[in-house]
Amino acid sequence: MRYLREFRDPVLAARLVDAIATVATRRWTIMEVCGGQTHSIIRNGLDQLLAEQVEFVHGPGCPVCVTPLETIDRALAIAARPEVILCSFGDMLRVPGSDTDLFSVRACGGDVRVVYSPLDAVRLAEENPRREVVFLGIGFETTAPANAMAVVAARARGLRNFSMLVSHVLVPPAMAAVLAAPENRVRAFLAAGHVCAVMGTSQYEPLVSSHRVPIVVTGFEPLDLLDGVRTAVEQLEAGRAELANAYSRAVCADGNVVARRTLDRTFTVCDRAWRGIGVIPGSGWRLADEYAEFDAEIRFDVTGLTAEESSECRSGDVLRGMIKPPQCPAFGGRCTPRTPLGATMVSTEGACAAYFQFRRLGADHG
Amino acid sequence: MADGGSADTGAADGGLADGGSADAGVVDPSRWVCPRPLRDHSAVMLGHGGGGILSGELIEHLFLPAFGAPPDQPMADSALLEVGGTRLAFSTDSYVVRPLFFPGGSIGELAVHGTINDLACSGAAPIALSAGFILEEGLELGVLGRVAQAMGQAAARAGVRLVTGDTKVVERGLADGLYVNTSGIGVVPSGVDIRPERARPGDRVIVSGAVGEHGVAVLSVRENLEFGGDVRSDTAALHGLVAAMLAVAPAGVHALRDPTRGGLATSLCEIAAASGTGVEFTEGAVPVPPVVEAACAFLGLDPLHVANEGKIVAFVAPEDADAVLAAMRAHPAGSEAAVIGTVTAEHPGVVVGRTAFGTTRIVARPLGEQLPRIC
Repeated sequence: MRYLREFRDPVLAARLVDAIATVATRRWTIMEVCGGQTHSIIRNGLDQLLAEQVEFVHGPGCPVCVTPLETIDRALAIAARPEVILCSFGDMLRVPGSDTDLFSVRACGGDVRVVYSPLDAVRLAEENPRREVVFLGIGFETTAPANAMAVVAARARGLRNFSMLVSHVLVPPAMAAVLAAPENRVRAFLAAGHVCAVMGTSQYEPLVSSHRVPIVVTGFEPLDLLDGVRTAVEQLEAGRAELANAYSRAVCADGNVVARRTLDRTFTVCDRAWRGIGVIPGSGWRLADEYAEFDAEIRFDVTGLTAEESSECRSGDVLRGMIKPPQCPAFGGRCTPRTPLGATMVSTEGACAAYFQFRRLGADHG
Repeated sequence: MADGGSADTGAADGGLADGGSADAGVVDPSRWVCPRPLRDHSAVMLGHGGGGILSGELIEHLFLPAFGAPPDQPMADSALLEVGGTRLAFSTDSYVVRPLFFPGGSIGELAVHGTINDLACSGAAPIALSAGFILEEGLELGVLGRVAQAMGQAAARAGVRLVTGDTKVVERGLADGLYVNTSGIGVVPSGVDIRPERARPGDRVIVSGAVGEHGVAVLSVRENLEFGGDVRSDTAALHGLVAAMLAVAPAGVHALRDPTRGGLATSLCEIAAASGTGVEFTEGAVPVPPVVEAACAFLGLDPLHVANEGKIVAFVAPEDADAVLAAMRAHPAGSEAAVIGTVTAEHPGVVVGRTAFGTTRIVARPLGEQLPRIC
């Protein structure tokens, strides 16, 4: 596959690290927004390479991690119904709800299936006309176009047994919430490249100008990330705050115009609770009224289900960049990928799981 | 990831044969409680068969106590039994792969090669295999015939006989077409002592070829995914390769593992844990085909966690490493063999990977099922 090894080249990486070290006069606090970026930074040890120049603060951009407990509990309740086939991306299956997880529901007889695309769920609905097929539609702007397509396709095919449990979240309001917090330490952002590939970059201009913070659209491979960091550090050192694109092979200013048009028709902006953080106004999408017949919350009447989160889990502080995962008292002890207290310990994109999986020898055995 | 449901309970040095009789007799099934309860689950989860941490716990906390084996029983791919002065290796494995046929092989080849390879990882020359079938009512006889042919041909190529078997049929809906169990026995040559706990500081870690092909091949047909290249299962019998290694260094090969479910990472972690040593390896030295790399990047999987069915990882005394590597490369099943790391007395039980960027990371066993990432 092209565009993979080229962006993992260690010689070029060393040059970028040198360039960053040359320009940096101090250690800068930079937030990478997306969980995929966190995974790559920790997996490749980029934080070790830049230990003196950059403190990476891991942002709230792991879709699994921020999906509210309520949504998980609603999914669990729906999945336990005998007529339902609940379809989900794989890494949602281990996310703990209040009492159980989808794996356990499946072991107890629930029909829970891992799919690779929401369109697979639409196909399942066609093939199983006597069953109710529900897709767990979560994620950021990245996964939303395919979910929108699934709903549009279900209507076009006249499917009455397909619905979606929607808990979409939006990146720019979350970044605004990070910046607005009085204790905020973040001086620059690496914006999530694939979110921008869909939505374009114009949404970030108001944040750049009102908070005077550099925002660099950044990819996921090691060279992408180092290039994003270099661009951010150069701006910080020069006292500039600009919107920059260090992922131009995937992102253009307007994003994916066709996808955005479909999103506008299919979803409506709403307030959304983020697991561990709380409600952020205007930070989510729900199905538009025109598509309410496909809304699983309405179809299965689970809107009344509410839930309280574990008080021991500090994933909210992790997601807002207030603490690093090992600073949580439960990290690695009460809370491991095996027994996660919070969702940040579940997905490989979650900051806590990334730290646990790729934890350093020095930290563990030093 | 590929064959989602089996859990090896192989215990080295005849754990069940020696320790199983007296204690096992006092277990009253109606009163049985797990001595160390499996912590989270009251039912079997798919992850219990994934070859990772959950599988290990099932063996350690449920099977070994129930069978009366000591809790610190070393785990190996096969048990070693002393019979009339001859050392026999004995192993069993069940095969539940879906789909039954995939690029590069079928459940038939897997069932023959897998058990041969478990024996080979004790250094044993396989003698004979058994084959047990659980068939679902309605399975086409043509399908069963193709699987049986594949088994017969694989056994003939390997020079191992299928000598006994059993067939059961369950009602439609109670099985997924066809499950196969094979058991095998082999003779361990004198002077050969290959056990996981024998890895020692200084040993070189050698992998016999490219990793990840089997898992990606099965996933590509099961989920109908294209990864921009042809990928075939690497299923192969490895006792010939092991014999070639032992021919040049009968005492220098300390430990062998075939990295099936859980991948190379799991094998390295298991050997490190069993031997009380640490492993350091260079990630860039592990051969990963571009199509596997692409598939893993696409799905958010780690190639080191993806299943293989025709590879071994060897822990070899440093003075014998060059000769063993040369012998492996001269054998068709090991032509891409590479030294990937060394065993160290530092950080016992911990496997450390050195990245291309000069940084390090701890490489862990996967928990259970591999879960494709959301985006």
